[in-house]
Amino acid sequence: MKVCVKLFATFRNDRFKEKVCEYQEGTMVSDVIKELDLPEDQLGAVLINARHVEADQELKEGDSLSIFPLVGGG
Amino acid sequence: MATLESFLKDAAQGDLVPWSSQVLAAQRFDLSLATVEGTILYLDLLPARYQRNRNMISIKQQRRLFNSHAVVIGCGGLGGYVLEQLARLGVGRITAVDPDTFEEHNLNRQLLSSPRLLGHAKVEVAASRITDINPAVTVVPVLAAFGEDNGVEIVAGADVVVDAVDNVPARFALANICGAAGIPLVHGAIAGWYGHVATQYPGDTTLQKIYSRFKNGKGVESELGNPSFTPGVAASFQVAEACKVLIEEGDALRHRKLHLNLLDMEVVDVPF
Repeated sequence: MKVCVKLFATFRNDRFKEKVCEYQEGTMVSDVIKELDLPEDQLGAVLINARHVEADQELKEGDSLSIFPLVGGG
Repeated sequence: MATLESFLKDAAQGDLVPWSSQVLAAQRFDLSLATVEGTILYLDLLPARYQRNRNMISIKQQRRLFNSHAVVIGCGGLGGYVLEQLARLGVGRITAVDPDTFEEHNLNRQLLSSPRLLGHAKVEVAASRITDINPAVTVVPVLAAFGEDNGVEIVAGADVVVDAVDNVPARFALANICGAAGIPLVHGAIAGWYGHVATQYPGDTTLQKIYSRFKNGKGVESELGNPSFTPGVAASFQVAEACKVLIEEGDALRHRKLHLNLLDMEVVDVPF
């Protein structure tokens, strides 16, 4: 299935801004996070089609997955 | 002898009272500049320093700003710009909270810092700066780190609280305490080229959701640092929000977060 993955801020570094990726049925958000080697302790908001999701959420054909890092400075 | 009211009415040019007359009134009637400013606004006149506000902020709203109390938590990157803009806007009472003194690594971005002020308490510098740019503002410096232990006391009586802290645990404490106290909270955070802003009213949990995955430590700012421009951008968004909260205008950034990316020049509206 095809899923559009959008990365924000520092998560784009050495990766990409937006990419249509091919995944097997049953792939979860956590699998994508692992595959992209996104640091767990820097994870901020994770959304599928503009709705917040947990890491165990399964992806579906045509989903748009957005992943933001945690920003906390002042 | 003329009353304060008649003195101010006579001094007005149109409906604008010049700063020199405000100072003279304070001296002649032995009053604070704040009291005179309150009287000017009560008379439906406008201190001339706010004349460029007036096509977006009415005299009634300017009076409202004068009668408002904003509490700014953090006087560093975000806080310096927030304090400057709130004071120029005409918010009558500002509490500035920070436990730190200025250090050399602050100089690249913190508006209130300068080499001669290294080692000085940030809140004392903030109070001095605010008094310099708008002496009619009552400023209360609080040399303390905001936390669950002292937070209730610090935000008591505030009409709006601005989150300009540099760590997530303090932000959780702020969100919880402001929520319980019924005070709107304007949240901002920055890291390198990036930042975000959100406004949270009592009962909302946007901030708790933004940091729901936080475990400990810092965000990406720990490796990115912060340049000179990101604090100013995020802080200006925060002050626009605080202004709207106080004068009840426009649409607040509620149930959403504005993600700012100055590297790719993107603004993304993220629902929460």
